[in-house]
Amino acid sequence: MHNKYIYILIMAAVTYLIRVLPLTLIRKEIKNVTIRSFLYYLPYVTLSVMTFPAILDATGSQWSGLAALVVGIILAWFTASLFKVAVCSCLVVFIIEFFIL
Amino acid sequence: MQNKIWYRQGLRDGIPIALGYFAVAFALGIAAKSTAKLNVIQATLASFLLNASAGEHAGFTQIGEDAPYFIAALFVLVANARYLLMSCALSQKLAPETPLIHRMLVAFDVTDEIFAISVAVKGKLNPFYNYGAMTVAIPGWAGGTALGVLMGDILPDNVVSALGVGLYGMFIAIIIPPARKNRIIAGLVIISMAASFIFTKLEIFSGIDSGIKIIILTVVISLVAAILFPVKELKEEKEETHAQ
Repeated sequence: MHNKYIYILIMAAVTYLIRVLPLTLIRKEIKNVTIRSFLYYLPYVTLSVMTFPAILDATGSQWSGLAALVVGIILAWFTASLFKVAVCSCLVVFIIEFFIL
Repeated sequence: MQNKIWYRQGLRDGIPIALGYFAVAFALGIAAKSTAKLNVIQATLASFLLNASAGEHAGFTQIGEDAPYFIAALFVLVANARYLLMSCALSQKLAPETPLIHRMLVAFDVTDEIFAISVAVKGKLNPFYNYGAMTVAIPGWAGGTALGVLMGDILPDNVVSALGVGLYGMFIAIIIPPARKNRIIAGLVIISMAASFIFTKLEIFSGIDSGIKIIILTVVISLVAAILFPVKELKEEKEETHAQ
């Protein structure tokens, strides 16, 4: 077993370096279009990969996970509110697992 | 005096963020306990130091699998890589003469949401605006995590199951609004989800660890997209992020 505090400190150090290096070192805009584009697309790709199909296994049943995904996408499409989407995804799962399944 | 006004403004703008964080961090706390087997002190420390939903989630899965330290670091690096771009953008938003110590403090809490409100500020960004937002956002995030660890046990299974999906709800809320405005991003979201699904289901890839899968797919798909559809304007990114 690895030490959990060491994990946490390493994770914190990596995260802080990611945030602090550009802010302290780079004062000019990145000119390389490919690097800029890569960094621009990266969050959307990685969050998509992380969300699906993992969301199907995050809940008690694949159907409630799928319902949360669909409702989440619809809500995010129209409201774009992080808070609402997160809470409503939870509500959908709760309602389906409690009343239907 | 100017700093005081900025601080108060940041505090005010940070309150809705803190409330949202609290709910999401609650789900993260549950994940910290169930997947990584962290206790309340460890999970709260992680949230206090990292302030990153996807990054912490990725790290927790690796802790849960007792992965080597450098693999856990790699996962956190990939999951948090977007902050690199945000920090690049923020470095332009700060006045060039902003002292190093302020740059280092602002860096501590560059998140999707704080980035969004920071770039929305008129003119140059005063670091005290970020300090105001951080004053409420950080306790919201860390406190939510702590409560998630503590209450995850007390709550019935179906409530925990429901809350566990909250993080994914948040990821959806980050990727869908820009996808609506930008067809390339919309296409990437669909391709990424499809590729992730295929990777997970196909027998040949069954030996590959789920986190390695995320890294490979992310780098390959983003790189191909960057080569095929280079982004000329960085402004676009800022506008889209406002929606959060």
